[in-house]
Parts: sequence; C-alpha cells; structure tokens
Amino acid sequence: MSIDLEQFHETFFEESFEGLDIMESGLLELEQGEVDLENINTIFRSAHSIKGGSGTFGFTSVAEFTHDMETLLDQMRNGERQVSVPVVEILLGSVDVLRNMLNAIRDGSDIDVDNVAEMTVAIKGILGEESSATEVAVSQPVSVAAKGWLVQFKPAVDIMKTGNDTVRLLRELNSLAETAEVTVNNESLPPLSELDPEDCHQSWSINLIGGEVSEDDIREVFAWVDDECELTIESLADEENYVGPERRDDDRRQKEPERRRTERRTSKPAESSSIRVNISKVDELINMVGELVITQSMLSRFGEDEEFNASTIERLKDGLAQLEGHTRELQESVMRIRMMPISFAFQRFPRLVHDLSSTFDKKIELIMTGESTELDKTVLEKIGDPLVHLVRNSLDHGIESPQARIEAGKSETGVIELSAFHQGGNIVIQIKDDGAGLNKDKIITKAKEKGLVANGERLSDDQIYDLIFRPGFSTADVVSDVSGRGVGMDVVRRNIRELGGAVEVKSKPGEGSVFTIRLPLTLAILDGQLVGIGNETYILPVISIIESLQVKSENINAVAGNAEVYRLRDEYIPIVRLYNIFGIEPVSTQLESGLLVVVEAEGKKIAIYVDDLLGQQQVVIKSLETNFKKIEGLSGATILGDGTVALIIDIAGLIELYQKDMANVVPIKGGGLAA
Amino acid sequence: MATILAVDDSASMRQMVSFTLKGAGYQVTEAADGQEALNKAKSQQFDLIITDVNMPVMDGITFIKNLRGEANYKFTPMLMLTTESAGDKKAQGKAAGATGWIVKPFNPDQLLNTVKKVLG
Repeated sequence: MSIDLEQFHETFFEESFEGLDIMESGLLELEQGEVDLENINTIFRSAHSIKGGSGTFGFTSVAEFTHDMETLLDQMRNGERQVSVPVVEILLGSVDVLRNMLNAIRDGSDIDVDNVAEMTVAIKGILGEESSATEVAVSQPVSVAAKGWLVQFKPAVDIMKTGNDTVRLLRELNSLAETAEVTVNNESLPPLSELDPEDCHQSWSINLIGGEVSEDDIREVFAWVDDECELTIESLADEENYVGPERRDDDRRQKEPERRRTERRTSKPAESSSIRVNISKVDELINMVGELVITQSMLSRFGEDEEFNASTIERLKDGLAQLEGHTRELQESVMRIRMMPISFAFQRFPRLVHDLSSTFDKKIELIMTGESTELDKTVLEKIGDPLVHLVRNSLDHGIESPQARIEAGKSETGVIELSAFHQGGNIVIQIKDDGAGLNKDKIITKAKEKGLVANGERLSDDQIYDLIFRPGFSTADVVSDVSGRGVGMDVVRRNIRELGGAVEVKSKPGEGSVFTIRLPLTLAILDGQLVGIGNETYILPVISIIESLQVKSENINAVAGNAEVYRLRDEYIPIVRLYNIFGIEPVSTQLESGLLVVVEAEGKKIAIYVDDLLGQQQVVIKSLETNFKKIEGLSGATILGDGTVALIIDIAGLIELYQKDMANVVPIKGGGLAA
Repeated sequence: MATILAVDDSASMRQMVSFTLKGAGYQVTEAADGQEALNKAKSQQFDLIITDVNMPVMDGITFIKNLRGEANYKFTPMLMLTTESAGDKKAQGKAAGATGWIVKPFNPDQLLNTVKKVLG
C-alpha cells in the first residue's frame, strides 16, 4: 500500500509554524530569567514534534537541523545545561533558520544552505561537538548463514505483562525462514496449583532453515523484548558463512531513516492559505442552514397550493421576517469563521521588542492585553506591518534612554502597552508608551521647514500631533535603520485607511503617547446610513455618524472664502455640501430645507449636507478599485435592494478632500462620479 | 476489525497514522495527549495503543503506565513512537509496560507492517 504523504504536508507546516511561535515566546520568557521547567518542556516538545514530523514527511534537512536543537533543549530540561543568554540567543536564531527552511520547502524555493550551516556550527559549538557529520549510516556487511540458525529463546517470567506475546514472536520468526523446527522446554513449569496463568515459564529452541536469514533479522524480531529474555543465536553452518550483498527490502525497516524522498515539492509554489475554524462555529452554521431550509419550505407552500387571503399574507409576512432573521444570523456566523484572535498579529512583538531593545540599548517591558479579541483574517494580515511600525516608533522615538529616564525621575525600564478591545462595533488597538511624548515645538518647526504648515497658522495640540502622519514627515534627529527615513507614519495611516480604519495619536509631554487604531470588524459588510442627494443615494458608515439635525439658519456662519461652519452647542463644525463635492444636482441648495449629518473621523468633525435621510441597513461592500478605479472620498459601492448602485462615503477621505478644497479656495468641480 | 487508539500531540502525525491504519481497514480513534487517551481508553476497549512519548498534559510513558494498571489492558499491545536517539526512553517505556516501539521517522508501510505483526 502506498500512501501519498503530501496530503499531510499542509497540516505539518501549519503546526510547525505554530510550534516555532511557541518556541520563540518560550525562549523569550527564558531569556528574561524565568526558568520554568514546564516552559523548557514545552519548547522541547515543539522542537521534537517538528523533528519527528519533518523526518516522517521526508524533509531530512529540517530533521537533521532540529536534531541538534533538540539535543541542546534536552540537556536544558534535564538540568545538564544551565539556561544562559548566549544559549537562548542561539536557539532563537535557530528558530529563525528553521522558519526560513520550512518556508522555503513549502514555497518550493531553495533553502539558504549557508545560513543553516552557520547555525549548525553554532549549536554544535555549544554542544561541544566537532562539526562532523553525525550518525553516518555505515552499511555493514551482513552475515547470512547459508544453512540456517539455532535460536534459543528463554523469556522472562513476566514477559506477557508488557503486552508481548511469545506466540507472536515465534510466528514472526517462523515467517523469516523456509522451515522452522521448534522444540519447547517445559522444565521450569510449576505444578498447576502454583501456576500463575499470567506468567511465562517456557523456553524454546528453534532451528531456522533456509530463506537467507541474517542474524540481524532474528535480533529484530526480539528487539522489543531484548531485556526480557535470554537469547542466543548460533549459526548452523559456521564454516559456510559468507557476506551477503543484499538484504530484503522489508527487513530494512526501522534501521535507517528514509533518505530517498526529495525535499522539494513540485506543485503549489504560492501559499495556499487556509484557516482553522473552531468546530462549534461550523456547527452553528449547519444549524442556521437547517433553520433556513425549514423557513424556505414554509414559504414555498405559499407559492404552491394555498390561496391568498388576509391570513396567508400575515403568515407570509411572518415567514419573511423569520427568513430575514435567519439570513442575518447566517451571515454573522459566516463572518465569524473569518474571525481570528489578534494574538496572531501580537505574537511577534515580544521578539521584536527584545531584539530592538538591545539594538537601542533601552530597557523595555512589553505588556499585551486583549489578545483574544477577534477580527477579520484579512484585516489581521494587513494590520501586522503598521503595528510593527508603530511599536518600533514607540521604542525608537517614544521611550527615552535609561539614563534620560532616570534623570526625568522615571523608572529605568520603559513600558510599551499593546492592547486590543471592542468599542462600539469597532476593534480598537492601542500602542501606548510611557516615554517622553511627542515634542510639539520640534514637530511645528519641522512642519514649517517642510512647508506643511504656514507661518502664523495656529493649530490645536491634536492638530500638531496629527502632522506626523503627513507624507514626508520625520522627526528623528538621527535617521536610524529601524524607524526608517520619513516614509513611516503616512504609510501607516494609508494602510490603515485601506482597511477602512483610522489612526490617531494623543500625547502628553513627559508622560508618553498613545496611538489608537480603529478598525472595522470586517471588510465585507458595513452598517450603512442611506442618504439622498438629488436622485442619488449615498451611504455613510453608521459608525462615524454622531448626530443628524435640522438646520437652524441662525447657527450657520460663513467664514473666509466660501467656507461655512455650523455652530453646534459650543463647537463650530465645517459644513460639507456633498452635491458640490460629487457634482450632483440637489433637490435644494438651501441648507434649511435639507439635513446635516455630523460625522467624525480621526478626531475631526464635519457636517455633511444631504437632502434626506433614507434608512439604515447592512450593506455588502464591493470594491471600487477592483471593479472600476479608486476614487477619493469613496470607500466602495454596494447594490441596494432595488438593484441600483449606491456609493459608500469614506469619511476620512472626504474630510481630506474638503480640506484640500478649502486650501485651494477653488470649488471642487463636478465630475468624479457623474462622468 | 481491530480497534486502535492513536495518540500524538502533532496533528500531522496523528493524521498520517490514522489515515494509514484506516486505509488498511482498522478502526482508529485519535487522542492528542495522554490524558485524553486515558479517558478514551477507559470508555472503550482498544486492541492496540500507539502513542507518542513527548506530549503536553500527560506524556506517553505516564499514559502507558496508567493504562497498563487497568485490568482490561493488562495484555493489550502498546507501542511507543520514539526517535532512534532516545534509548533511555525505550527503557523507561518498557519499564512502564510498553510492548515495543516504532522508531521515528517511519513511513506508512513500516507502520502497517508493525501493526500487522502485533495484531496478528
């Protein structure tokens, strides 16, 4: 029977990468001086599993590399080797090498052999071995007795208590040779009254004749009971011994690892991405589908044999209401399948912070909370890089050097807090540091230098901090290789916006900064407020709406140029006439006859002028970029119940569009959409 | 047909063992650690146990020791999956009551040959 082992590869890779993550976080804990035996055991087990799996599935180079790591870890868990920083560092490096190897094998690319060799030497150096090839399988000439063998087998009394069965051993022996003459010796058998049926008191002598049996073959049969028996093997024809050139293939089992299989996979070079889904989520789905089927069969009755009257219409309405409920639940269940805990994005940070603190000579404690907060897999994958950038930034620019911290009367160790939580239908991720805080003067000077702020322009603190997200802005005195050269924060903001999210920063001098990222739960569906402008319907994300109000003319103020603001309680909020931005013919241009919808994004508010509010519903987001092209101020489109297309407004983008517009003092020409 | 309990914390190994044995017609139940295996073995009688050694919660050797103490598992064959290098593990396993071992890495044919021999 031949079984295609390739079908298990995906699982193997998946669990190996998980294992590597476990090793990494375990090693980082070790390095911090928390020597906990269970932790070492866990690290060892991960290495051991990777070694076992890679050997079995034919990735010999991985198995060989892991072998030395395993040996080292084994010494550590047996207390034979002290846990020390250099050893942990090498193991961390090995984890990286291993990860690269596995990636290369999975993608069908070449393994970085030099890298592997270098690390192997490093590990062997610790183990105190010469970097000679280990365990070279020397193929010894196998002696085969031409005529046969005399095997004497005297098992220990309790041999059966390990589940070994002498009959099985004899049967196996019998299968080796052409003929086997067996003599049983019952001499030591006690009288029946004293006989324990669970004991074995017999011994056997067997003449094996013919069938090209080697001594190893016989020893192999008794391998498991080596220590539970007396075994002698004598050749029946010593003088005729000869060196046999061949062994039967079957008997090669267990003797040497298989080295034939090639490492490289031929197909599937690209990542085939899969997600692991908790079985309860799937059950939930099946359950919902069941409900849906029941509702469907109930509804289908109306199309068949029933006459319509007032009472059937009532029931039809009930049925439709049920259908709506089930559809929504089903949709939510399906969405949940895509949800994964944010720990997948967080888990790389302990390592990153560890590496960077030594690069920068800073002492950092990383605190992570809310790791089980779930968000969409796509969002999760794309939020990784921006997060890395923000954490690096906090570490590089936020946290001061230990010296400076002591002088400022703080603890020598800086704290970076990474937290995730739900807030009003959004996922919020915060990166908080207790460093020096953003330097307002430096930001303004820099911004003026770069022409981002006009001389004499007055900005609020938050507006000043927000400048760091503008393209081409970087305050680092020395450009380090970590925080990059000014291609940082603007890219972070752009990436987060592409996910339909927003990022803002708050800071207090001497106390630190907090970066807050808000992300939608999912990219596919949005709670939308439908608004009418002329004949068009637009959709505003409900999440960004603060309130909607009827316009009182005394609260409208015109300011410089053609800008208008609305006084809402103590605030002045710019009015954005949507029809102007998108070039549509509105029902009315008189603010009093329409409505204002106050929305907020990234800490800025605007009041959008619309003709009418139409209703709220969940809408499925279709990408404009893939179906048409990217348009500023819009995040996508959707198809409404009546088949018409409605465009979804990107509030942050709209605010930017409006600000640009005001800066140029040229009204935005119509176009965009109508075209 | 004979029933087999396959115990391994590695999903890929478990899948491979289970798939191979099922393909040969055996009834296979899986468990991810010694404790889970012990619970399953107590609620259903198996004809053969195949277990990994290094596992979280309860390792294979402890599992074998515990199960061997059960009256209806006194003579049941119990095989450990072990690596060649772990000589002392084999001895520990034997002392705990293991019948024998299968050395990793192994391929499906090697696994089947061994299982066939043990189950006869």
